[in-house]
Amino acid sequence: MTVVHARSKGLTDRETHYCPGCTHGIVHRLVAEVLVEEGLLNEAIGCAAVGCSILSYNYLNVDMVESAHGRAPAVATGVKRVHPNKPVFTYQGDGDLASIGTAEIVHVAHRGEKITTIFVNNAIYGMTGGQMAPTTLPGQKVTTAPDGRDPAHAGLPLRVAEMIAQVPGAAYVERVSVHNPAAVRKAKKAIRNGFLCQMAGHGFSLIEVLSTCPTGWGLSPIESLKWLEDNMIPYYPLGVLRAPEEA
Amino acid sequence: MSKTLMKGNEALALAAIKGGCTHFFGYPITPQNEIPEFLAREFPKAGGVFLQAESELAAINMVYGAAAAGGRAMTSSSSPGIALMQEGMSSLAAAELPCVIVNAQRGGPGLGSIQPSQADYYQMTRGGGNGDYRILSLAPATVQEGAEMMMMAFDLAEIYRTPVFIVSDGMLGQMMEPVEFHDRPLRELPEKDWTVVGHGGVRPPNTVKTLALDPTVLEQRNLTLQAKYARIATLEARHESYRTEGAEIILSAYGSTARIVKNAIDLLAEEGIAVGLIRPQTLWPFPVAAFAELPDSCRMILTVEMSCGQMVDDVRLAVNGRLPVAFYGRSGGIIPVPEEIAMKVKTLLGRA
Ligand SMILES: Cc1ncc(C[n+]2csc(CCOP(=O)(O)OP(=O)(O)O)c2C)c(N)n1
Ligand code: SF4
Repeated sequence: MTVVHARSKGLTDRETHYCPGCTHGIVHRLVAEVLVEEGLLNEAIGCAAVGCSILSYNYLNVDMVESAHGRAPAVATGVKRVHPNKPVFTYQGDGDLASIGTAEIVHVAHRGEKITTIFVNNAIYGMTGGQMAPTTLPGQKVTTAPDGRDPAHAGLPLRVAEMIAQVPGAAYVERVSVHNPAAVRKAKKAIRNGFLCQMAGHGFSLIEVLSTCPTGWGLSPIESLKWLEDNMIPYYPLGVLRAPEEA
Repeated sequence: MSKTLMKGNEALALAAIKGGCTHFFGYPITPQNEIPEFLAREFPKAGGVFLQAESELAAINMVYGAAAAGGRAMTSSSSPGIALMQEGMSSLAAAELPCVIVNAQRGGPGLGSIQPSQADYYQMTRGGGNGDYRILSLAPATVQEGAEMMMMAFDLAEIYRTPVFIVSDGMLGQMMEPVEFHDRPLRELPEKDWTVVGHGGVRPPNTVKTLALDPTVLEQRNLTLQAKYARIATLEARHESYRTEGAEIILSAYGSTARIVKNAIDLLAEEGIAVGLIRPQTLWPFPVAAFAELPDSCRMILTVEMSCGQMVDDVRLAVNGRLPVAFYGRSGGIIPVPEEIAMKVKTLLGRA
């Protein structure tokens, strides 16, 4: 029998705790595949963040350190300064990165740390039960904005990739999505570019991945993918926002 | 080796290098700035890494990352900055990550002042962070002792896998004293097989973490931590006794206040009043045993602090009701003078 598709060596055998239809699992797989394909798996050091993905160290087959809420970029900085030649990454949600951890994410870019951040934006706080995130869309109903986010009260959602892209130390910034197979392929390419940029010593790289949270959104897995495409992508346009200049 | 005249803060910085520190992360705050300034200048020459963080929150988490990755990391700050680091302290203690943290205490609460103080005793020994944890806290009284404690601190941190505080203050940090550096005594250090360095394809991945959602797992982890703390309490509690033989009152003070208390004791001796000093050199573990062996002559304990009364709680617990425990303190950055301490002693003895 020929094996057509095998589980990536970058993933452990453990079953994930993610809800049905949650795209965290897809993003994990992409990170794992890129690390294996680029020969980085054995040396990689990951920093898990507070959020649904905190247990990512149970699924990614790499050495990992858990970080306090929002602090993964600072933890990663400490790791990288001890191992300047090893691939170091953070895996953070939007509550973690865009709310409590804004100072750390801006300054990891500002210092041009050679670190890759995988930023999973699902427009909500998943783990704590669906509260408003800085990325929650106008009108989107969440438990702490039961009538929908009112920009007059809570402001307009933060576009993190655009913000980080204009920090001088950021070398590679791209926003991608995982709502269909073509988008997933592009997301994998972006994650690869992020790690390659790090290993080439160009500076900080951030890949924002638009992701679903069917449980928090109160939608089925299929409806969630459609909701992402129809509502998130128009507000969070996909594409490369910053890349090293070609030599 | 000959003695050199150095500021307390600079001696701590040099001692950190000699103690085998590899990484420093910190954020500017008075009165400890000479530590990062010295290290920014001297550390790279010695192969170390100095990095200024964007905040104390970031600094302590950089220490956490560097320690998890196998570095011998440290930070230094002062009271409001230490307050911001408490989240990180709890995580460092829970993850059992070795590191060293200097607190050059200043007057509080709030922004307070930049003058010397000892009002962070609770903060350092009771923990401002969440959960059942303890941090080994070394409290020098001279620039020389600070340098020696700092040189030991990184090894102690690795032996017990714990954060270690160097408890200083604005006075100890700013004063200049002759200091002599000896070679650090070589201690056998445990192998670090728990670090995150990349698994190399030769072992299962290492994880440094503090989350334990299963209560039985977390309780067991807490019991393991407590057993370690009990070991530290037995082996590492330290104190100095000064003129306690035949003393009518024994004073208790730590750090820079203990120096002033010694002057007060000498003044009183000239007047024929016998008083002594127990100076805790570790705040946690508190040297409880020192208060179990008080001379028969001793009628009372007087705790003196640059605070409104914090260490006095531990003195009372150690004395456990056997003798009255009085308190004298100045706060807000005011340094007590020997004469006022001597006057307090005489009042207590009814000889004022
Ligand atoms: C200091 C602190 N504050 C709050 C929390 C509670 N908390 C846990 S996860 C989380 C939100 C995570 O949301 P996000 O980063 O969007 O990740 P997701 O779960 O959606 O993947 C919060 C607020 C915490 N663990 N620590
Ligand atoms: S709560 Fe949302 S983000 Fe968390 S696992 Fe479930 S679907 Fe995914």
